[in-house]
Amino acid sequence: MAENETFFEKLRAFFEEIGEMSRFAGRYFREAVSPPFEFKELLKQCYYMGNKSFFLVGVTGLILGVVFTLQTRPTLEEFGAVAWMPSMISISIVREIGPVIIALICAGRIGSSIGAELGSMRVTEQIDAMEVSGTNPFKFLVVTRITATTLMIPLLVIWGDFIALIGSAFVENIKGAVTFQLYFNQAFNALAFSDLLPATAKTFLFGFAIGLVGCFKGYNSKKGTAGVGKASNSAVVYTSMLLFIIDFIAVFVTDLIYQ
Amino acid sequence: MQSHSKHIPDNAKVVLKIENLFKAFGENKVLNGFSLHLKEGENLVLMGRSGSGKSVMIKCLVGLIQPDSGLIEILGNNISKLEQKEMDELRTKIGFLFQGSALYDSMTVRENLEFPLRRHTKKIATREINELILETLDSVGLKHTVDLMPAELSGGMQRRIALARALILKPKIIIYDEPTTGLDPITSKEIIELMNDIQEKYQTSSLIITHDVDCARVVSNRVILLLDGVNYAEGTFEELTTSNDEKIKAFFK
Repeated sequence: MAENETFFEKLRAFFEEIGEMSRFAGRYFREAVSPPFEFKELLKQCYYMGNKSFFLVGVTGLILGVVFTLQTRPTLEEFGAVAWMPSMISISIVREIGPVIIALICAGRIGSSIGAELGSMRVTEQIDAMEVSGTNPFKFLVVTRITATTLMIPLLVIWGDFIALIGSAFVENIKGAVTFQLYFNQAFNALAFSDLLPATAKTFLFGFAIGLVGCFKGYNSKKGTAGVGKASNSAVVYTSMLLFIIDFIAVFVTDLIYQ
Repeated sequence: MQSHSKHIPDNAKVVLKIENLFKAFGENKVLNGFSLHLKEGENLVLMGRSGSGKSVMIKCLVGLIQPDSGLIEILGNNISKLEQKEMDELRTKIGFLFQGSALYDSMTVRENLEFPLRRHTKKIATREINELILETLDSVGLKHTVDLMPAELSGGMQRRIALARALILKPKIIIYDEPTTGLDPITSKEIIELMNDIQEKYQTSSLIITHDVDCARVVSNRVILLLDGVNYAEGTFEELTTSNDEKIKAFFK
């Protein structure tokens, strides 16, 4: 009985948190469109998020492209279909693997950093200090960060996809003597508008989810240093789960539209 | 340290008034009809045991916590009737020194002081901002730290910078939340003297929450003892320290 109670209590707490997060998202939309706008802070956040994740996303993209090509090549060789390699790699990376992997990397890099930063600001009363000084901390801290992730994740995904294709082309060039020009001609010929649009659209949702969960967890962090760690950790866990749910819905909707 | 407190006339203007303030968190009743008034130019010290509701009271004052009932009037404004914009405007007239300083740790000292200034002073030139920042830092004796990060400063220095940030908009009221907690005796003494100097220079009214009997003795014009969410005793420091009431005596031992 006690176990049942605990389970239902946990379930209730989970749904309560979903409700609170939805209200938090609603407040974001209300505050994002009402002046004053914190453009300077938004640009600063975009710079930090883009700049600090640029190298990590590049390396991840490169390894992704190289490993994916190396692992796929023997199977395609067996079927005599190596010529399809650029098309297959470009479609799978641009449509699915690139956005999901890079969003997950950014959830770890950016989401946890937002959760920890806002959590520590909450614990050390910096958010209260901002409010007491007559500045809206939600607008300054939350709106700018969620907007920045929504704008920067798509750019980082495009960058990561591009580097992944370069990595793949590099492997093909060494293993199959395929020129870079031929590789990219084939890779881009295989891509249609219906591949690019939904794949890019969902990255905006990924960015929004990373910013929203990180800010929600950090902004509502409980007192104490343990609260900061928990905010940072749960920001990554919740975001990762949310990214897969968004991806599933996006793929499902895209499939319905283009069927 | 000698007491610097000056006499406040009975007919001095009341800048802050709290009447019958109630606040509970679930079953836990923190404030049970607490009242106070702060006069212009006065240093009012609020003392009480941990958990007696002091911090909740000051958070109610600046709108960080909503009280269950009661009146809070600051500079003639009933804060429960203010719109958010009006409340933000009023907040610029109140300086708040947090117990842990609460400096923005991603910003330099200059940026910490610039932050409220840029937001609440229209059409102010960068040169004027710089002059004001340096002048305020000078008044807390830390002009040389202008380009340092908060993490590079000691606890006492951080407290002084936080005081400078609270002063930068030239507030009419300053609220000090445990200004000497966590500091060594020498730094505490410096902060107490600084509080008196600032009161003289900026002509502010101060509400000081402290456990520090020395601090209360030096800065107070009047002391209120808070027990179980209500005013238990009120008077000058000398009146309270010479009281025969056991609960009051226990506090000043």
